[in-house]
Amino acid sequence: MLRIVVIRLIQAIPVLLLIAVMAFILMHLIPGDPAVVIAGADAGPAAVERIRHELGLDRPILEQLLSWLVNLGTGDFGRSLVLNQTVLSAVGERLPVTMSLAMLSLAITLPVGVFLGILAAYFRGSWIDAAVMTLALVGVSVPAFWIGILSVILFSVTLGWFPSAGYAPLLANGPGAWLSSLIQPAFILSLFQIGFLARMTRSGMLDVLDQDFIRTARAKGVSEWRTVGRHAFRNALVGVVTVAGIILSLLIGGSVVIEQVFALPGIGRLVVQAILARDYPLIQGTMLLFGFAFVVINICVDLIYLWVDPRVRYD
Amino acid sequence: MTDLALGSNRPLELAERRRFLALRKLAAHRSFKIGLLIVSVLVLAAFIGPWLTGIDPTSMRIRNKFKPPSDQFLMGTDNYGRDVLTRVLYGGQLSLGIGFFVALLSGIAGTIVGVVAGHFRALDAYLMRVMDALLAFPAILVAIGIGAALGPQATSIVVALAVAYVPRTARVVRASTLVIREMEYIEAARVSGASNLRIIVKHILPNCLGPLTVQLTFVFAYAILAEAALSFLGIGPPPPAPSWGNIIAEGRDHAVEAWWIMLFPGIAISLAALGMNLLGDGLRDVLDPRLKIES
Repeated sequence: MLRIVVIRLIQAIPVLLLIAVMAFILMHLIPGDPAVVIAGADAGPAAVERIRHELGLDRPILEQLLSWLVNLGTGDFGRSLVLNQTVLSAVGERLPVTMSLAMLSLAITLPVGVFLGILAAYFRGSWIDAAVMTLALVGVSVPAFWIGILSVILFSVTLGWFPSAGYAPLLANGPGAWLSSLIQPAFILSLFQIGFLARMTRSGMLDVLDQDFIRTARAKGVSEWRTVGRHAFRNALVGVVTVAGIILSLLIGGSVVIEQVFALPGIGRLVVQAILARDYPLIQGTMLLFGFAFVVINICVDLIYLWVDPRVRYD
Repeated sequence: MTDLALGSNRPLELAERRRFLALRKLAAHRSFKIGLLIVSVLVLAAFIGPWLTGIDPTSMRIRNKFKPPSDQFLMGTDNYGRDVLTRVLYGGQLSLGIGFFVALLSGIAGTIVGVVAGHFRALDAYLMRVMDALLAFPAILVAIGIGAALGPQATSIVVALAVAYVPRTARVVRASTLVIREMEYIEAARVSGASNLRIIVKHILPNCLGPLTVQLTFVFAYAILAEAALSFLGIGPPPPAPSWGNIIAEGRDHAVEAWWIMLFPGIAISLAALGMNLLGDGLRDVLDPRLKIES
């Protein structure tokens, strides 16, 4: 097991390196000089030049890229140009918000989506099946931020059930306030993934339900609940794990927009602010983090395969 | 020579027959029909509707501001007293246009990358690793980055979104190419001296077209949704020219007292994306039966 983790991590290094280089290139595509932004509107050209030199922006691009990569190797992600802190501490401050949001939505999506998918497969062609299909279609057709704003108007402004914006840290405010600050955005994020997961679970279950061993299980008197829940679902689980990995990536991506709607101080908000402020080191750092998260999720999915399906071997 | 010509005649007839069958299947496919209906109505409304109402979408009458939906203003008016219905109709031109050109551009770029990666195996690893790395960022972030780089114009949104979705189209084309290039008739073409270009243009591309079309309808839907999200984040097509996204973005500040400003463009976006997704589902069932999810 450990050996596999290590091998997968080593295999991920070139991809991560490429992600780092792409994050760097993507950044330097953005016109506009951060030195001018930092120096302020009434700074003379000498002051701008001095700041540009301090930041190393006057050096050749390739040299900047190399020194950034070398620093990355030593764990130094650089300093934000706009916020008065290092990239690592800025990201570290906001990571709990995005992670809380993503994990809470995953905790809603997984059980609901899987349950609906099993129901839809079992009662194929019924209204449950049709409802799941409709939900999946709505999930890829309605803008999430739009539903978010409408939901804020209804549940926060009109009914006053949840706070309309802001984040209440778990440790400082306790689980009640934390949950009520996140439940609305988390639910909206989930709404868009539940249908997708249910649809995938459904098709996985349909493949399994027609197979001989299911008939055998029924014939030998295994209860219907156990047949579907244990024998069939266990076999459909491999597909579900893959989809769960994709969904976690989508949830993290979706949080970029949802954090704006609910004014949650997470990574998504940080990266949007950084891009608009031309904060090179911060954008590169956060982009790299997103890419890294993607790679880690994929490794986790591979590892869960091993655990779920004994037929899978990585050698 | 005549024998060869006769031989090449038969598969052509077969192909025509297959195309005819595919069209008949599409005409009978329920979600395809619904999708086609929704999309055609929206396109007609966007491109003919404004011509019928004859109101300028940017003309402001402050006296009329924040009028709720009524007989005179079917979708109400906004904070400048502009008619929301007219703006939604005009916004459709920009939003649907962006969706179309994103699909077109990412289709062309994805086809080039996918065919090159699939056909010239030596380049495959490099090209697809770059695509994987691009895929590692959420598409909306790639679009924000490029969109911010190119400045707030409709064309930069198109370029940004097209780049963000190239990995998807490239993967689809590459997958088809990999299957087709192993076929015996490709080998036969090669033996008879056909050049790489000829093999690609005459044999591989036509066979990629089905899966690619399916993917592009989904890209169209994504692009409409992403345009709205980008506008909401402040890097969409700039006002005052309306797009569905920037009407919502502008209406957000008044969402509590004038909900109609952001309600109707949101419905338009949802309908457009729904229509394209239904079209895509239908096309997938008919053109790409291997990927069929429904049973």
